[in-house]
Amino acid sequence: MSLPAKTPSGTSPREAAPPARRRGVPWLLTAGLVAALVVLVPVAAHTGAYPVPVGDVIASVQHRLGLGGTELDRVAESVLWNVRFPRIVLALLVGASLGCAGALMQGVFGNPLAEPGVIGVSSGAAVGAVGAIALGLNFAGNWTVSLLAFVAGLVTVLLVYVMSRSGGRTEVVTLILTGIAVNAFAGALIGLFLFFADTAAVNQITFWQLGSLSQATWPKVLAVLPCAVLGLGVAPLYARRLDLLALGERPARHLGVDVERLRIVLVLVIALLTAAAVSVSGIIGFVGLVVPHLLRMAAGPGHRFLLPGSALLGALVLLAADLAARTVASPAELPLGVLTALLGSPFFFWLLRRTRRRHGGWA
Amino acid sequence: MRLLRSRPAPPAPVSPGDVLAAAEGLRVRLGARDVLHGVDVAVRAGELLALVGPNGAGKSTLLGALAADVAPSDGAVRIHGRPASDWSAPELALRRAVLPQSSTLSFPFSVEEVVRMGRAPWAALDPEDDEAAVAEAMAATEVTAFAARPFSALSGGERARVALARVLAQRAPLLLLDEPTAALDLRHQELVLRLCRERARAGDAVVVVLHDLGLAAAYAHRVAVLRAGRVAAAGPPQEIFTESLLSEVYDQPVEVVPHPRTGAALVLPVRER
Repeated sequence: MSLPAKTPSGTSPREAAPPARRRGVPWLLTAGLVAALVVLVPVAAHTGAYPVPVGDVIASVQHRLGLGGTELDRVAESVLWNVRFPRIVLALLVGASLGCAGALMQGVFGNPLAEPGVIGVSSGAAVGAVGAIALGLNFAGNWTVSLLAFVAGLVTVLLVYVMSRSGGRTEVVTLILTGIAVNAFAGALIGLFLFFADTAAVNQITFWQLGSLSQATWPKVLAVLPCAVLGLGVAPLYARRLDLLALGERPARHLGVDVERLRIVLVLVIALLTAAAVSVSGIIGFVGLVVPHLLRMAAGPGHRFLLPGSALLGALVLLAADLAARTVASPAELPLGVLTALLGSPFFFWLLRRTRRRHGGWA
Repeated sequence: MRLLRSRPAPPAPVSPGDVLAAAEGLRVRLGARDVLHGVDVAVRAGELLALVGPNGAGKSTLLGALAADVAPSDGAVRIHGRPASDWSAPELALRRAVLPQSSTLSFPFSVEEVVRMGRAPWAALDPEDDEAAVAEAMAATEVTAFAARPFSALSGGERARVALARVLAQRAPLLLLDEPTAALDLRHQELVLRLCRERARAGDAVVVVLHDLGLAAAYAHRVAVLRAGRVAAAGPPQEIFTESLLSEVYDQPVEVVPHPRTGAALVLPVRER
């Protein structure tokens, strides 16, 4: 291997430095995202129909943690701890789950367009959740809706995965068309449930479907917490192997990745995360698409940063979006899902155009 | 995290002449078609073996079977002395590296990141020579100059060299390369086969699928000529590259003439002027 390293056109190997450009970016971004969250959480807790000064917010949190601080008056305490905080925590959990699920899904499918909403996994999970609400199922208590959303989501990911792959890769056209079919079928099932549900359930489902966090309560937080924490905790363990999967299935196997096991585990994780998001907040689209894309542009495609980074940025985006949703038209409240779709679909469109210009479309 | 994963055993040192991969009475069925019918091939440490033959003769399938990608329907494949199916994926990754016919990449990783992926099998063993292996592989394949560029922005030939650099960085004692010269210009074809030859001299076993019989004759220690899923002939190229055998295997009249200076076999199709 000690060949005369005579390169053509006079470029010596010394000239090319390793890509240092990206090395520091992930740390900077992580620090920036955490800082932004630290700022935005008290702001979100402050903002609303009954404003609580940021100083009071911090004092109340300190008091509850036993770190000094003072207790606020009863209204302020109640607004903070029964309305604002569960909603903020829920927004963070749902956003982190959606962002991370999007990054995972794109990695597993080897396709930058895969996203729980686009390929129908969210609607699949929604069928489970709607079924639970419409039929008044309650066999697992608080967790019933999450559990059914998880099972239905899992079935849908598996279905889409099997249907859209051929020869070890997923073609974009097949993926999108499969998504259309799955979305249509899930829509039909949801329609059926609505048709047979009673009025109260219909109201509940309709509201839930718009994608809103306004019904946030601590029991709801508790219902999604296990799914989200488990999913978010397991995902980064597979980051290196997802990087290798970008080479294709066979080359990944040649590098020692047990591809079948990787696939099974990650499909489970995707279903967990999607279920966590969908079961509380309906279908909130495009977060899982936009967030990983932005991070990939800024810090490169390595999954060791992309997976936790997507969770952080997803949490930040959803918290900001929810804050906007409940303030821009106050006292009325915009549905969160409507807002993210309003901002996310143009991005999706731009992505399509850009890729077409660059590569003459997808095969 | 490293504690949770069992460490794969590193490969035992090989001595020249050890059989690192062997097919014994290998039959492979893909779909409804028998692609290989009873193939016996062995490659030893220190040897460069070229697989040649017409399109569809089963060269890539044989390489895939030696890589433990394709399961035999009958017969056996042994890698480093053990049946291929007895090895786990991480163990195999320390023992054989595979260059696929074409390389794709789903996300825009840089060239250096792609080459570094070749070191992944060693991650559990905490090697100290990661950086050296990556730098050496990139220098040997002349891709250092575009280390920072995204893989997707490269030309076909450049991609092929980056893929080869990744395979070399893996530092496995058995190298299986499927048409490593297909997309390359004259200079880099020679470079790649010189590299293969050097790896063989350093004690590795190298199997290369080739279409250029001149390259095979010039660089391979041994050649296996495949025809319709069988080995039609195997041995040193100067012995088996005869006009009658090659004309028959390729169904195309060829002449084999010695190079005027070196005496190496030159294989040319018969052309009317």
